[in-house]
Amino acid sequence: MRALQAIFFLLIVRPFLALVLGVNLRHAERLPQTGPAILAANHNSHLDTLLLMSLYPLAKLSHVRPVAAADYFLKNPFIAWFALNIMHILPLARRPKPGQPPLAHIEAALAAGDILILFPEGSRGEPEKRSALKSGIAHLMEAAPTVPVIPIYLRGLGKALPKGDWLPIPFFADGWVDEPLVWQGERAATMRALEARFAALESEGGALTWE
Amino acid sequence: MPLNLQYALCGILALLVLGTVFTALKKWLQPGPGDRELWLRMRSWWIMAGLFMLAIAVDRTLSIVFFALVSFLALKEYFSIIPTRRADRRVLFWAYAAIPVQYFWIYDAWFGMFIIFIPVYLFLFIPLKMVIVGETQGFLRAAGTLHWGLMTTVFSLSHAAFLLALPDSGNPAAGSAGLLLFLIFLTQFNDVMQFVWGKLAGRRRVIPKVSPGKTVAGFVGGVATTTLVAWLAAPWLTPLAGWQPIAAGLIIGIGGFVGDVTVSALKRDLGIKDSGSLIPGHGGILDRVDSLTYTAPLFFHFVYYLHY
Repeated sequence: MRALQAIFFLLIVRPFLALVLGVNLRHAERLPQTGPAILAANHNSHLDTLLLMSLYPLAKLSHVRPVAAADYFLKNPFIAWFALNIMHILPLARRPKPGQPPLAHIEAALAAGDILILFPEGSRGEPEKRSALKSGIAHLMEAAPTVPVIPIYLRGLGKALPKGDWLPIPFFADGWVDEPLVWQGERAATMRALEARFAALESEGGALTWE
Repeated sequence: MPLNLQYALCGILALLVLGTVFTALKKWLQPGPGDRELWLRMRSWWIMAGLFMLAIAVDRTLSIVFFALVSFLALKEYFSIIPTRRADRRVLFWAYAAIPVQYFWIYDAWFGMFIIFIPVYLFLFIPLKMVIVGETQGFLRAAGTLHWGLMTTVFSLSHAAFLLALPDSGNPAAGSAGLLLFLIFLTQFNDVMQFVWGKLAGRRRVIPKVSPGKTVAGFVGGVATTTLVAWLAAPWLTPLAGWQPIAAGLIIGIGGFVGDVTVSALKRDLGIKDSGSLIPGHGGILDRVDSLTYTAPLFFHFVYYLHY
C-alpha cells in the first residue's frame, strides 16, 4: 500500500495541488524532517491534510500520519479503505467508549518515530474561521512531553474546498510554519500557549473572510 | 522557423546573459542589501523567458497552451486577492472554464468567436449563473469584479496568443510568431526601461496617488527607448513599415505604462503591495503581465487593421 500511496501523491495530489492551489509556505525549513513530531494545523478543508502530507518527500510519506475522526472517515467502507490504506490515517474516536484509552495507538505511532498531522480544532468548521482548540492535543503532549509540536497556520484552502462542498475551485493559498512548542507542564498552560501561537500566526498573515 | 525569428531569440538570450553579468558585477563591486532580490529577479527572467521561447520554438499549439496557462494563473491570482462571495463558488468555476474555450477559438483561428466570446457571451452568462444561485447581496459588485477579471486576464491577454492564429503570409519577415515575439519582448523591455529611467533620472511623479514610484523621466525615457527599439526591430519581425513602427512603439510604451498603473490602482485599493508570490523577485503573475493586458489588445488591433 506504500507504493499505492506514493503513486497517488506523485501523480494526483501534487499536480492537483500545484494547479488548483499553489501554496506559498513561509518557513518551510521549520518542518521537522524526522519524527517523532506533531504538526498542529488549523483546519478549513480536506485539502489541509493533502497539502501537509505533500510537503514531505515520497520516501518519508509513510511516516507522516494524519490523525482523523473515526466516526467520519470509517463510516463508509470505500472511504474507510481509502483513509486507512492511502491516507494512512490514525483513526481517533472523538467520543471514546469508557474504559478504552483513545490515544494509545497514537502514542505508539509517536514512539515509533512517526510525524503526526493533527487538527486541534477537531473539525473543519466554518471555512476560514478559527474555532476553539480541543484539549486532546494536550493529553497527547502530556503523554509524550518531549515531542515537539509545530503549529502551522493555513489560509485560503477553505475557499478552495470548504466543508459541505465537493467541487474544488482554484485559489492561491498561504501557509506559515511556526517554531516548535513543547509541553508546558500542565494542560491549561499548554493549550493557552498553543492558542497564542495560532493567534500570532493569524495576525501575521491576516485572516481571510468571505465577502 | 524563420531565420529572423532565430536571430531574435538569440538576441534575447544575449540580453539575458548581459543582465546576469551586470547583476553579478553589481553584487561584486557594489554589494548591497537588494542583491538577493536582484538575483531572484534575474533568475525569474531566465525561467519566464526560457519557457516562452521554448513554447515559441516548439510550435503554435504549445504557445497557445502557454498563454492559456498564463491567463489561468493570472485569473487565479486575481480571484485570490479580491473579495469574493462564497455563494459565487460555482460562478467562479464557470469563469475558469471560459479559459480553455477562449483559447480553443484561437487554436481554431475563429476570429469572430474569439472577439465576442467573453465581452458578449460570458458577460451575459455570468450574471445568469449568479441569478440562479440567487444571492442578491453584493450582486452588482460581484458581477462587475468577476467580469473585469475575465476581461483583463483572459480576454486581453489572449490577444497576444491570437497573433499566432494570423496567417504567416501576412508577415513575410518572420511569420506570425515574429509579431508575438515583438509584442512580448517590447512590453517587457518597456517595463524594464521605465524602471531603469525612473531610477536614473526620475524626480517628478506622474500619478503619485496611484503609484508613487512612477516618475515623468521614467515614463518619457521608457516610451522613447521602447519606440526606438520598436523602430529598429520592426523590419526584422513585423510587416510594419514607414511611420507604423513608431506608432507601434508608442502604443506599447504608453499602453504598457497604463496597464502597469491600472494594476497598481487595484492593489492600492485592496491594500496589498504585490499581487502574489508566484515569481520570486517580481511578485505575482499579475505584477508581470499587467502591462501586457493593455499592450496585447492595442497592438493586436493596430496590426490587424493595417495588415490583415
